[in-house]
Amino acid sequence: MNTVVRILRMAARYRFRLGLGVVCTVIAANFQLLIPQFLGAAVDHAQSLLAGTGASPAEAQAALQWAAVMLLTAGVLRGLFTMIHNYQGEAIGQSIGYELRLAYFEKLQRMSFAYHDRVHSGDLMTRGMLDVEGIRRFVDGAMLRTIVLVILVGYGGYHLIGIDPVLGALALSFVPVVAWRAAVSSITLRRTWRALQERMSILTRIMEENLGGIRVVRAFAARAFEMAKFDTASDSAIVLAMRRIQIRYTNAAFMTFSYYAAMGLVLWVGSHKIIEGAITVGTLAEFLAFMAILQQPVRQVGMIVNSTARAFVSGGRVFELLDMDPAVQDKPGAAPLRLTDGVIRFEHVDFAYGEGEGASPALHDVNFEVGPGKSLGIVGPPGSGKSTIAHLIPRFYDPTLGRITIDGQDIRDVTLDSLREAVGVVQQDTFLFTATVDSNVAYGDLSADRERIVNATDSAQLHEYIDSLPTGYDTLVGERGLTLSGGQRQRLSIARSILLTPAIIVFDDSTASIDAATEQRIHAALKELTRARATIIISHRLSSFMHADEILFIDQGRIVERGSHEELLALGGRYKELYDLQADFGDDLGLAASAAAPEGA
Amino acid sequence: MAMMPQSLAVPGKPPGGRPGGPDGGLNDEMDERIFGAAFDGRIVQRFLKFLTPYRARLAVAFCAVVAFTLTQLSIPLVIREAIDQALVTDTQDGALLDLIALAFLGVIVLNLIAMYIQETIVGKTAERILFDVRRTMYVHLQRLSMSFMDKTEVGRLMARLQSDVGALQEFLDTTVTAIGDILLLAGIVTVLILLNWQLGLLTLSVVLVLLIVRMIWLPLAKKAFMRARQTSSIVNGALAENINGVRTVQEMIRERVNFERFEIKAADNLRSHLRAAKFSQVMIPIVDTLTGAAMAIVVVVGGNMVIGGSLDVGVMVAFIFYVQRFFDPIRSLTIQYSVMQRAMASGQRIFEVIDVPVDIVDKPGALALDQIDGAIELRGVTFGYLPGQPVLNDINFRVAPGETVALVGPTGSGKTSITALIHRFYDVWEGSILVGGHDVRDVTQHSLGKQVGMVLQDPFLFTGTIFENIKYCSAEATRDDVVAAAKAVDAHGFITRLPKGYDTMLEQRGGNLSLGQRQLLSFARAIVADTKVLLLDEATASIDSHTERQIQLALKSLLAGRTALVIAHRLATVRGADRIIVLNQGRIVETGSHRELMAKRGLYHRLYAMNYASFDDIPEEIIRQAAADTSAT
Repeated sequence: MNTVVRILRMAARYRFRLGLGVVCTVIAANFQLLIPQFLGAAVDHAQSLLAGTGASPAEAQAALQWAAVMLLTAGVLRGLFTMIHNYQGEAIGQSIGYELRLAYFEKLQRMSFAYHDRVHSGDLMTRGMLDVEGIRRFVDGAMLRTIVLVILVGYGGYHLIGIDPVLGALALSFVPVVAWRAAVSSITLRRTWRALQERMSILTRIMEENLGGIRVVRAFAARAFEMAKFDTASDSAIVLAMRRIQIRYTNAAFMTFSYYAAMGLVLWVGSHKIIEGAITVGTLAEFLAFMAILQQPVRQVGMIVNSTARAFVSGGRVFELLDMDPAVQDKPGAAPLRLTDGVIRFEHVDFAYGEGEGASPALHDVNFEVGPGKSLGIVGPPGSGKSTIAHLIPRFYDPTLGRITIDGQDIRDVTLDSLREAVGVVQQDTFLFTATVDSNVAYGDLSADRERIVNATDSAQLHEYIDSLPTGYDTLVGERGLTLSGGQRQRLSIARSILLTPAIIVFDDSTASIDAATEQRIHAALKELTRARATIIISHRLSSFMHADEILFIDQGRIVERGSHEELLALGGRYKELYDLQADFGDDLGLAASAAAPEGA
Repeated sequence: MAMMPQSLAVPGKPPGGRPGGPDGGLNDEMDERIFGAAFDGRIVQRFLKFLTPYRARLAVAFCAVVAFTLTQLSIPLVIREAIDQALVTDTQDGALLDLIALAFLGVIVLNLIAMYIQETIVGKTAERILFDVRRTMYVHLQRLSMSFMDKTEVGRLMARLQSDVGALQEFLDTTVTAIGDILLLAGIVTVLILLNWQLGLLTLSVVLVLLIVRMIWLPLAKKAFMRARQTSSIVNGALAENINGVRTVQEMIRERVNFERFEIKAADNLRSHLRAAKFSQVMIPIVDTLTGAAMAIVVVVGGNMVIGGSLDVGVMVAFIFYVQRFFDPIRSLTIQYSVMQRAMASGQRIFEVIDVPVDIVDKPGALALDQIDGAIELRGVTFGYLPGQPVLNDINFRVAPGETVALVGPTGSGKTSITALIHRFYDVWEGSILVGGHDVRDVTQHSLGKQVGMVLQDPFLFTGTIFENIKYCSAEATRDDVVAAAKAVDAHGFITRLPKGYDTMLEQRGGNLSLGQRQLLSFARAIVADTKVLLLDEATASIDSHTERQIQLALKSLLAGRTALVIAHRLATVRGADRIIVLNQGRIVETGSHRELMAKRGLYHRLYAMNYASFDDIPEEIIRQAAADTSAT
């Protein structure tokens, strides 16, 4: 229930619109309720003359004309006020949609990597699009419509009971039945909606993976297998979709029937009353006209219930994210980082992905320090925790134990923005936005002019390629644009980071797809930049950091060897083993050694 | 600098041209084109084809709709009977009234049954059709050639499979009521004219006014609705991009800028929707005024007719009833306008996908490959992706059963095209390709796939357990087979070290594994599939030497006993092959064993001597130079 209450509270904040909407609803409903009265009066006038009682033909005609004018007036006013309240309803709905969309966007951007690792991007998309839309529709559809319904039934019922208590009660006899069915079906529908949503997202994932991995599917001639997978998921969703429809329309039919049954009772009892002379034909006509007004709203009860059930589920999914605290955020009163020398220190750092039982330890007791102008190389087998180190520095995750400092300040005590400004992590895989090359390179600094951009791409050995494109830096890249190769993307990633001239630079395996020669040219070009900065290079290619001041060999989250290249070779341990392997397998290092005898090995 | 430049094409563009041709992929223009029509006969017609399997059911539903409408129409008539019976003072008959009440009960029971049948059948069929449409698209995508899939972004296809099918759902949901509304409208018109044609026509004259008003309103409203839809797609696009690039956004501290930009788009979206709302709401007072006018006509004209004795009071009451009901369907049809419009655009996009021709199909009577020796032969193969630009020229070679042949050459030399052709992802322009002595075009694609395995550069993993990923589509493989395969590629060790071993769930695309580990799993998958022929595209990204060695060993056990064509990037792999084919610019330059080629001192020798980790790394100008030097000597 909380979810719907919360949505209603959000709507309540649009006090003026809501107030205006409710007032107009009441007025419109009143005018609408006047219509049966005028109709009833008109019928009575016409009939009274026929019955030979009452007024003269001229008087009756005047009365009829009066009723007609009133009917027209009531129609016009009812329409105008309905328009206003509908518009206010939609405006509130759209505004809430807007608010939620912004809040969602904002929260999403702040959620830490741990959250994004866990939640499928397709799921986030569904929440941001469909679920926000579900809430909006509830506000502008169900919420105000419920008010209209309550006013029509309440006020109209009060009026009718005033005229004839028995007939009035009969006219309203369908209300409890409708309310009961609505309550029951709303609960079952809510459950079905939720389950259906889950099955649909499985179906989505299956389709997405199939299309993304279409080459694998084709390579294994797995079409039949994949179709079976799709059909299983699709069929299980269909079952629920069918159930939803069954519930919805069974109830709709039942509600409509109870409404008509009430109308039949009014007609039956009412006409007997006419015979008894207890009421006039006009009164009966008024009762029936009133019930005709209720026909449409009764039909809408099903829709209201359906959309409330949906809002319940959608709201839950959206609010779940909105209520979450990012695992990593500024401490209250966090101050900006005061950069003096740019010394980064890891002190007894432990880290595990996930929490509780499912946690998988990634780092244990990692200690090191890199000062300005110094460089640190990190190497180790896959999954040893190298990249984790890179992710801890800009606080994409927080260590479970120990601390990381920059110039003596614990990075958890400073503002995230100032920290991330000071640290540049060049990732192995970077994201290209649908925009020009130019704005992709200047992604972190909008004020960068072309000269600075070219400097950065030039250092990253990408300028020549961009320049060779027909539209140069204005070429569109990203999903709808030019496709860059893995190596080119990595070079763009490097250009993006060095444009920002961070105090501490971390290369997180960011040259894996770049050939060794180009990498050497990049490092040479960056000499100037890295002269006074701390540099951390994570790579599996030893030539990337052979000349680093210190090299760490990491295995299973622990530093197993440390020292300079020469020291580590002399040590004759894991590093040496790796060095020999690289030579053996014809990596650039090894080849450099065996260049004299190319036919060797 | 805009993050999502929406290249929204001119709305007036004719929708007839089919940009999704065999080689076109689905491009921007097509995706973003906005269709204004709320009703497109061709789309509706094609859509109707999806109804064919449900003919019988829909016929029942149609009868129910008619019955439903008739009962709806007869309710005021029964009321009229009741009033006229009760009115005529000299024949006031309580028993007759009871009979009429009973008739009323009969009518509403019929109404209940008809409504139930109609709504559940139509609702369920509509839902089924949605799934059918989605499935049809999906099946079609499974059959389309790789040249189409290569050019089309997965995201864009997903949008069609989801949002467009979703838009149809909304449409079908409202259609259920719309059909009933239209029938009711027709019924009311008929009854009104039958009851009293003068009063009927007079009352209906207000509809004429409504039609004129709509004609003025429509073009203006259409524009507003279109704009609202455009802004929605812009907002959703921006959201999608930020979700996918969220890590980069955080690294670059772009949160604030992106938020501001998003805010502008969202505000624009809000404004355009409010404007559209104004347009749809403005119709309400108009319809209500006309309802009032119609009732006024009934009251004045009908009332006078009653006074004059030419009309029963009951008929007048019935008229009042009908007039009130009459405008309800008109009102809801007005609201449905934008839903219809959206559905037409979505329908167009859906059929665009379904219409892309399947250009690689099994020949009639194609052979199912069964026991073959695994030889591969290319005879005079010429092929390209774009007309007039061949990427392979007259390629001839044979791989003997059990032989391992390495394809080497710089990027763009045609290596990948050769492997794709053998698997018949594409068809050759000239020449032929034989697997086990059969032309690949003469055998079924399915049986070819069962004989020719493929390991891709990028090891794609599916959501599921490690076990499921290794087993993949080999239905008959047991757990022992999977474990044996994992052991053969030395992946068993790391798998059993995982918390749940083979039952460990892989995160999105195997994100919880390293690249090397994913590679080993894809090898294991190929071993389980156990094909005679294996096409292998070695990964280019360098991996650490430990894994490298592991992979080299795994490769040995993978290739043992199979005919293999390897696109080799690692020199170790190249050296291990039985034979090496050196390609350059779509032609075979040299063939021979490592030793022979080194002795020959041709292009291979030159490239090898340059000490690059892989031939792919060698900058283009150096290759050009080397090739020129070689041909010169």
